[in-house]
Amino acid sequence: MNKTDALIIGAGPTGLFTAHQLKLIGLDCEIVDNLDKIGGQCIELYPDKPIYDIPAVPECTGEELTNNLINQIKPFDIKFHLSERVDEVKKEGDNWIVKTSNDTIFQTPNVIIAGGVGSFEPRKFFVKECEKFENQSIFYSIKDKKMFEGKTVSIFGGGDSALDWAVELSKNSKVNLIHRRDDFRGAQATVDKVKQLANEGKINLFTKFQMTGIKGENKLESIDIKSDDKEVKILKTDYVLGFFGLIMQLGPIANWGLNIDKKTIEVDTEKFETNQKGIYAVGDICSYPGKLKLILSGFHEGALAARACFKLARPNEKYRFEFTTSSKTIKNRLGVKGD
Amino acid sequence: MAKITYITSDDKIHEIDVQNGLTVMEGAVQNDIPGIDADCGGGMACATCHVYVKEEWLDKLPTKEDGEEDMLDMAFEPKKNSRLSCQLVVSDDLDGLTVDIPSKQG
Ligand SMILES: Cc1cc2nc3c(=O)[nH]c(=O)nc-3n(C[C@H](O)[C@H](O)[C@H](O)COP(=O)(O)OP(=O)(O)OC[C@H]3O[C@@H](n4cnc5c(N)ncnc54)[C@H](O)[C@@H]3O)c2cc1C
Ligand code: FES
Repeated sequence: MNKTDALIIGAGPTGLFTAHQLKLIGLDCEIVDNLDKIGGQCIELYPDKPIYDIPAVPECTGEELTNNLINQIKPFDIKFHLSERVDEVKKEGDNWIVKTSNDTIFQTPNVIIAGGVGSFEPRKFFVKECEKFENQSIFYSIKDKKMFEGKTVSIFGGGDSALDWAVELSKNSKVNLIHRRDDFRGAQATVDKVKQLANEGKINLFTKFQMTGIKGENKLESIDIKSDDKEVKILKTDYVLGFFGLIMQLGPIANWGLNIDKKTIEVDTEKFETNQKGIYAVGDICSYPGKLKLILSGFHEGALAARACFKLARPNEKYRFEFTTSSKTIKNRLGVKGD
Repeated sequence: MAKITYITSDDKIHEIDVQNGLTVMEGAVQNDIPGIDADCGGGMACATCHVYVKEEWLDKLPTKEDGEEDMLDMAFEPKKNSRLSCQLVVSDDLDGLTVDIPSKQG
């Protein structure tokens, strides 16, 4: 069991700056995110796009913003739990017990949800029967490529993940690569490589095809793919891989007894507290009259929620407002020399 | 102003007057038409504002920008007449446009 003063759900810009604010006022925190990297939408959806409305930063990309936020919390040793989704939040006495998909358990008086538009999860096949084979013969990411050796693998998608795996697996497996159109969005060099392997007969390429059905009782046997011109092909296959990027899903947050409307959580604008005492929501996921889904709003919301956490984490102490420029205590926490 | 007709997957017809300058996505979201999630708020980064436009409109709409087709790869059952509604800016020229909303966005 991990005990902490505040648990932050979401390592997007809001979660990161909220962590900074908590540590500045002397509270501990840990951060959980379902993504395998830090940065939320900025890193997953637009790492290379420039942002122009971060106060005092005329221009920075999603990746630069993330790196700056990570640098800003470097002085504090904050524990991140990546590739873990928070599944459960339950009340126990004065604390919340929080459980993740990896069975990590936290005990904390304060839970700060900085969950954005939800946790990033792989997009799945829309053919319903695919669920039955998920994690047995249908996968959305690869943990151990050895299992595919000598087998037939059908890969769907047109981006880098699909192309990279098609090239890699074609060395030891029979590979079908299926994509809904002729153009691929992966790196040109990989696209060329795939086309070359297709010409050499090492990859079977099916463009303008999509999956329409799947067959097999206990074991996956074949898939149906259909072209734009309504031509249907049946492909015998042992495994199917889908690489359609990630989608944001509210997921388990909907089950924690919070007031949710249109995928956002209602909060007050003093503490950014939800209808549950000790659970706060900040950043894109919170809603109140006038809410703007901007990074700068998330920073403000996190700063106020952090102050609210102080009361529950240190019931016998009084929070004192201090500036970073002049407070010795804060400078100590930051590890910088006072003057 | 343009009249945009949104047909939801349960065949319900929603006729909405949408102001010029808004997107077809915003017209739906602001009027509580179900089925358009628009998770990324129009950033062309989520493909959850996917619609099918009536065939006769295909050539009349502004052409796809770089990246729209890439995002459509990830949409639910994309077809030839698929568009991202956050990329369709409403003007008088779009008066009468009809779009079908898919049964799912992801
Ligand atoms: C293309 C694009 C351009 C943008 N441009 C700008 C701009 O110019 N200026 C601006 O201010 N804003 C911009 N935004 C919006 C901005 O990115 C968001 O407001 C910001 O990312 C919100 O930050 P957040 O930390 O609240 O949420 P997010 O960045 O969405 O991060 C939330 C994190 O929480 C995680 N999470 C959710 N639920 C769980 C769970 N149950 N368990 C574990 N982890 C979970 C998710 O995996 C995610 O990583 C843009 C957005 C997009 C898509
Ligand atoms: S709203 Fe996200 S792509 Fe249109």
